[in-house]
Amino acid sequence: MTSSPEVFPARGRRRYTRLHWRCRSKGAADAALSQISRSDIRVAKPAQKNLPASPAELISYYREMLFIRHFEEKCNLAYRTGKAGGYLHVYIGMEPLVVGWLNNIRKGHDYVITAYRDHGHALVLGSDPVATMAEIMGRSGGQSRGKGGSMHIYDIDKQFYGGWGIVGGHTALGGGLAMAAKYRKEDRVTLCYLGDGAANAGVFFETLNMCGLWQLPIIFIIENNLYAMGTALERHAADPQLYKRGFPFNMKHERVDGHDLVEVLNHSKRIIDDCRENSQPYLIEAMTYRNMGHGAADNDRQLYRTKEEEDEYMKRDCIRLYEAFLDSNSILSRSEMEKIDAEELDRAETIYEEADKSPFPDPEQVYTDVYTDMTPEMGH
Amino acid sequence: MTNMTYRDAVRLAMIEEMDRDQNVFIMGEDIGKYKGTFRVTDGLFERYCQEPRDWLVEPPHPEILDGVGRRVIDTPITEPGIVGMATGAAMTGLRPIVEMMTMSFSILALDQIINHAAKIHYMTGGQISVPLVIRGPGGAANQLSAQHSHSMEGWYAHVPGLKVVAPATPNCAKGMLKAAIRDDNPVIFTENPGLYSMKGDVSDDVDEIIPFGKARIAKEGKDISLIAYSRMVNVSLAAAELLAADGIDAEVVDVRSLLPLDTETIYNSVRKTHRAVVVYEDWKSGGFGAEIAARIAQDCFDDLDAPVGRVGGLNVPMPYARVLELQCIPNEQDVLAEVRKIG
Ligand SMILES: Cc1ncc(C[n+]2csc(CCOP(=O)(O)OP(=O)(O)O)c2C)c(N)n1
Ligand SMILES: [Mg+2]
Repeated sequence: MTSSPEVFPARGRRRYTRLHWRCRSKGAADAALSQISRSDIRVAKPAQKNLPASPAELISYYREMLFIRHFEEKCNLAYRTGKAGGYLHVYIGMEPLVVGWLNNIRKGHDYVITAYRDHGHALVLGSDPVATMAEIMGRSGGQSRGKGGSMHIYDIDKQFYGGWGIVGGHTALGGGLAMAAKYRKEDRVTLCYLGDGAANAGVFFETLNMCGLWQLPIIFIIENNLYAMGTALERHAADPQLYKRGFPFNMKHERVDGHDLVEVLNHSKRIIDDCRENSQPYLIEAMTYRNMGHGAADNDRQLYRTKEEEDEYMKRDCIRLYEAFLDSNSILSRSEMEKIDAEELDRAETIYEEADKSPFPDPEQVYTDVYTDMTPEMGH
Repeated sequence: MTNMTYRDAVRLAMIEEMDRDQNVFIMGEDIGKYKGTFRVTDGLFERYCQEPRDWLVEPPHPEILDGVGRRVIDTPITEPGIVGMATGAAMTGLRPIVEMMTMSFSILALDQIINHAAKIHYMTGGQISVPLVIRGPGGAANQLSAQHSHSMEGWYAHVPGLKVVAPATPNCAKGMLKAAIRDDNPVIFTENPGLYSMKGDVSDDVDEIIPFGKARIAKEGKDISLIAYSRMVNVSLAAAELLAADGIDAEVVDVRSLLPLDTETIYNSVRKTHRAVVVYEDWKSGGFGAEIAARIAQDCFDDLDAPVGRVGGLNVPMPYARVLELQCIPNEQDVLAEVRKIG
């Protein structure tokens, strides 16, 4: 054993060396990543040659990316036309983080939880898209019969645990899901998504501590889209390399690319397998970008980011990047892609219309679901 | 019936329910090896953690979890995290009991309790329920001063989605904690530290639970209704004895369940006695007693022969000096004074 026990005298030499070993296990990659500056982050890797899935699967992922995009453009339309209200946040630009990760878990078995930017998760997990759109429109046909809305989509049959509006608050719930899996000795992993802004919340650190302490089978995925609403990463995080926050909590931690679906498919598989097999907690920082405003109500992005920056990211939008990959690997021709694009747009339109037919909730619904077994006093 | 302390009754309820249902577990600060600050969880760790490494990871980190059990879990000092993790586990159908070292510390976890646990069933349209119990000492103990003496039950009883109970006797503590553990909704269960050593007869029936939403007549009387919960039931009973010496026959209603609230039993008592004084330890202003008083005033207006009286804690932070502390906590003389005041 080689180490300097004085550094952590209270905890002893043995633990220190192990900790050291664990966190260095990625060695060079880690060191290289820690050197990355923000401008480097933007340079997504070129398409790879080794395919992460079968051609049929790769095509279905393409469909899914387009479907989410068209679906969410319809969400924005619903907002603009007054069919959706409140707060509404789309995943446009970040789709690989759901299409890549969630196609590598055991859907309906593994637990998934996220914040309010949650439509994509529900769609990839196979929740009824008409119900999701109806929920966003506040209709009785929604998963929560119109009581949740865009920020609060849940589908318990798909083990999708939402859908939360308190920044950082849901990370503790995610820890609890993983704790439940370990308590029951089940082989479920929990994927807990959060934003870069949420990574500053106190309860997130508390949760990391317990997940590291008890070595829970959970993967925290920080969707680092460089902004917490209108506050840039460098202006909200003392150290903008958020993945390092796994280090003190005895978790494996990595910064990964979230633009390139092929990359995401590759690393997510490796990480999910390790998490499941070894009950190994992870803190993943996935570099991504949201193409649109923070929410549908954010109509002045220039307050916090430049047009030039946006243009640069738009050139390498995740869907375009994936199209280049499909094209260069002869998985799909450009004309086939166009056809799929048109089909998915049609599908989104049909869903929008279907959802719009769903009735508003009955007034008496206001009193139901407060408790499992009683109704609050009427009128109080 | 077995005679035992309130503390033992709370523990017995947990043991019976943990024996009955593998999904029940308890987590909190210093509740395992240390047996809990008020020794409520004494013996649980030994009973349920025969394999303390049960859910420990295999190497390379065996030492980290040394002594952490699976069903009696010592946590770090991290109230929002504890409640959040317990809520997450409850969403999957486990039935966690969170012990708060004192209810004053649950203030740190208000976000998890109010923004999360209490809202889940509603926001999910009934898809997810949260069978969670948060229990622990609430109210003044003995010179714990301003940060450790809060009565939180009124704050929680304000929140739709929570159930809130505050039993006053060992038997109620056992029966209602069992009900809380079996309940599919988040329940706040507060135990006044002044009650822990109080003894009383407790039912031996492992299947007997005391359902929420049912008040108890602690003493029958015909002249005035003293309406209280938790330790203030004892204060009211003592006041009733003093009133009896003056020839006043007071009825004492033990509310015991704040949310749901059994207004029927309260109103029936007031309709019989035509006078009511509400007694609560929480700050008088805006405390839960104010809600009870308002409802009586509104719904029993025609039955009242006097305005509804209120006895509550002084509206100041809890001081340390014993003489000052005693000034803040309602006692039987305060109740007497209020009874005389309303006339
Ligand atoms: C506790 C809390 N504080 C503030 C807000 C308001 N708010 C909503 S989203 C947001 C930004 C969060 O940014 P990030 O975590 O990076 O997620 P992103 O929106 O980028 O996906 C803020 C400040 C909130 N919902 N909850
Ligand atoms: Mg962000």
